[in-house]
Amino acid sequence: MSNQKVIKNLKSFSTAAERFEGSHVLCPGCAHSIIVREVLNATNDNLIVSASTGCLEVCTAIYPNTSWDCSWIHIGFENASTAVAGAEAMNKALRNKGRISADTPQPKFVTFAGDGATYDIGFQWISGCFERGHDMMYVCLDNEVYANTGGQRSSSTPIGASATTSPAGSTSYGEKKNKKDIVAIMAAHGAPYVAQVAPNKWKDMVAKIQRGFDTKGPVFINAMSACTTEWKFQPHQTIEVSDLAVDSLVFPLYEIVDGTELNITYRPKNIVPVRDYLAIQPRFKHLFTPQYEYLLDEWQKRVDEKWVYLQKREEARV
Amino acid sequence: MNKKIMELNEIEVWDGNMANSQALRQADVDVVAAYPITPSTPTVENYATMHANGYIDGEFVMVESEHAAMSGCVGASAAGGRVATATSSQGLALMIEVLYQASGMRTPIVLCLVNRALAAPLNVNGDHSDLYLTRDSGWISLDAFSPQEAYDITLMSFKIAEHKDVRLPVISNQDGFMTSHTAQNVKPLSDEVANKFVGEYLQVNAMLDFSRPVTHGVQTEHDWHFEHKAKQHAALMGSFKVIQETFDEFEKISGRKYKMVESYGMDGAEVAIVCLGSTYESAMLAVDQLREEGIKVGIVAPRVFRPFPLEEVAVALQNVKAVACMDRSAPGGTVGALYNEVAGALFNTPARPVLTNLIYGLGGRDMTINELKNIFRNLIKDANNGKLTGKIQTLIGVRGPELSFYEQ
Repeated sequence: MSNQKVIKNLKSFSTAAERFEGSHVLCPGCAHSIIVREVLNATNDNLIVSASTGCLEVCTAIYPNTSWDCSWIHIGFENASTAVAGAEAMNKALRNKGRISADTPQPKFVTFAGDGATYDIGFQWISGCFERGHDMMYVCLDNEVYANTGGQRSSSTPIGASATTSPAGSTSYGEKKNKKDIVAIMAAHGAPYVAQVAPNKWKDMVAKIQRGFDTKGPVFINAMSACTTEWKFQPHQTIEVSDLAVDSLVFPLYEIVDGTELNITYRPKNIVPVRDYLAIQPRFKHLFTPQYEYLLDEWQKRVDEKWVYLQKREEARV
Repeated sequence: MNKKIMELNEIEVWDGNMANSQALRQADVDVVAAYPITPSTPTVENYATMHANGYIDGEFVMVESEHAAMSGCVGASAAGGRVATATSSQGLALMIEVLYQASGMRTPIVLCLVNRALAAPLNVNGDHSDLYLTRDSGWISLDAFSPQEAYDITLMSFKIAEHKDVRLPVISNQDGFMTSHTAQNVKPLSDEVANKFVGEYLQVNAMLDFSRPVTHGVQTEHDWHFEHKAKQHAALMGSFKVIQETFDEFEKISGRKYKMVESYGMDGAEVAIVCLGSTYESAMLAVDQLREEGIKVGIVAPRVFRPFPLEEVAVALQNVKAVACMDRSAPGGTVGALYNEVAGALFNTPARPVLTNLIYGLGGRDMTINELKNIFRNLIKDANNGKLTGKIQTLIGVRGPELSFYEQ
């Protein structure tokens, strides 16, 4: 079991002792730091954290400064999961050999990585870690783009988004492929706990993170991270965009336990149209032209179908 | 400690892979993360068998690729314990990114590298392409010429890597198949003596020490990157001292003497070859036979490939008239690495022997004693001429028309 932080309200949560300090150079309005604080603030346990190369890493560990008041490691773009898996193996070895005494509380092992590192270049490493069953939590900061390098597409970039390597133009509506269903893929590994979270729904998120910390084995968290720079909304709109994402069901919040048991954890009282979510983000602005308006209908249909699918899965318990 | 002691005979019959496996077991490694690849696979298989039978109480993690193997090693090492892995060839090529990260992050990992050719064409046999690929990676690179030496050097690698003044990863090289799969007599140390020699792991900035959180693997740009790399290079150059001390200490417990630069038959030698790996032992026989004919030839072989013992190589070659630098790797459009190193070592010294570069043995092509004798005889011609009889670089032991390049 993890040593969970007791969280009464947002104020006490947001002013809790921090192991992720405020001194970083992430963009104003970046959701990464909100997500990281919500994860780290959910536990009092000792932490070994890894980060993949990406926005979070380059903005929080610039020598001679660091934003991390916990053990932290970055190796490369693709291997943050395996970095933490190696540390987890070392913890086991030293305990088995008696070099760490049995009554020392178990630390938690957490990886933060962007969607580029998760959906694309680091996928093999994550799959390996989950197959081997390391006791770790992998948190994908999913901003649907290679933001650190200036906004190139990833396999998480959704249809119709304009990215620098899938730009919208006179003959193109931007990204042509829909995003990979990473949550389903990770659940299919048989992971004991997989969940999709959004930082604006902080109670839902913290409950899932705490459940994850209480779970033995590999835990995968896909965290929506609205990106002011590449989604091109204003920095003060991060929570507004995030609310639209979950209330339009573009980012449904749910969990999958032991690969099969799916629970929807947030049902919007008022479901908003997908076009409202897209309209606030200039990366989709070309879709609001007669030429590409049909894509908005396709978008809505796809989101509706996924919502029906999730509810059926939840009901069927398979 | 939860592991069984293994009773060893005074003389065991081990190939180079078993020598590695036994050294890893005796060094009491905490985490081995590895992925199998020919010809280093048995190093890992033997280790797995010992683990399965209770002789190892560390963690053994079979990952999904060599890149992941080295990534896991870096994470485990930064966490604060003894770490090792093994690989060859394509596996080394796949983990090369992480080799640079491991040395830059000062993680004292030991890598047993069983040398093999690099594709294409695909080839599983021994040459030094993978060894050369690690040249600029910032790892200490030691070379074993036999299974006995593989055992000794892998054991010593931990002591060198983890020394407080070094804290750099170390590669223990041996030739694929010629060493890794050739069973020979090996005199092991007892578990107790070996373990005592390697000593307890010294934690530095361990991630598992929660009283003092440390950030590993930071970002630096033009403002600090150079200082970090400079310090790393200085540590690598400073490791000569620790390597020598380790060789000396090892001699005391084993009776086996290692030097920065090994040599054979160099007393009064007129000509010499410079080589690496198992070729050294074959060349010893060629030297003996030629010496019986009164032909004065010798061999020089760097035991330590990185950091390169430039001064010792220069000293070893001061009194010869002609030298063949034998590179067992396709040179990729220039002279071979050993030729470059030896030329660099000699240039600022009084001795300026005739220097030739022989590319040989690629993809496991044999180098016979007769061929080595011919090489020595040609060197004598060069020495007598006072200049090269052919071009600077020649590919030897290859079919087809003669391939030689660079006029003197």
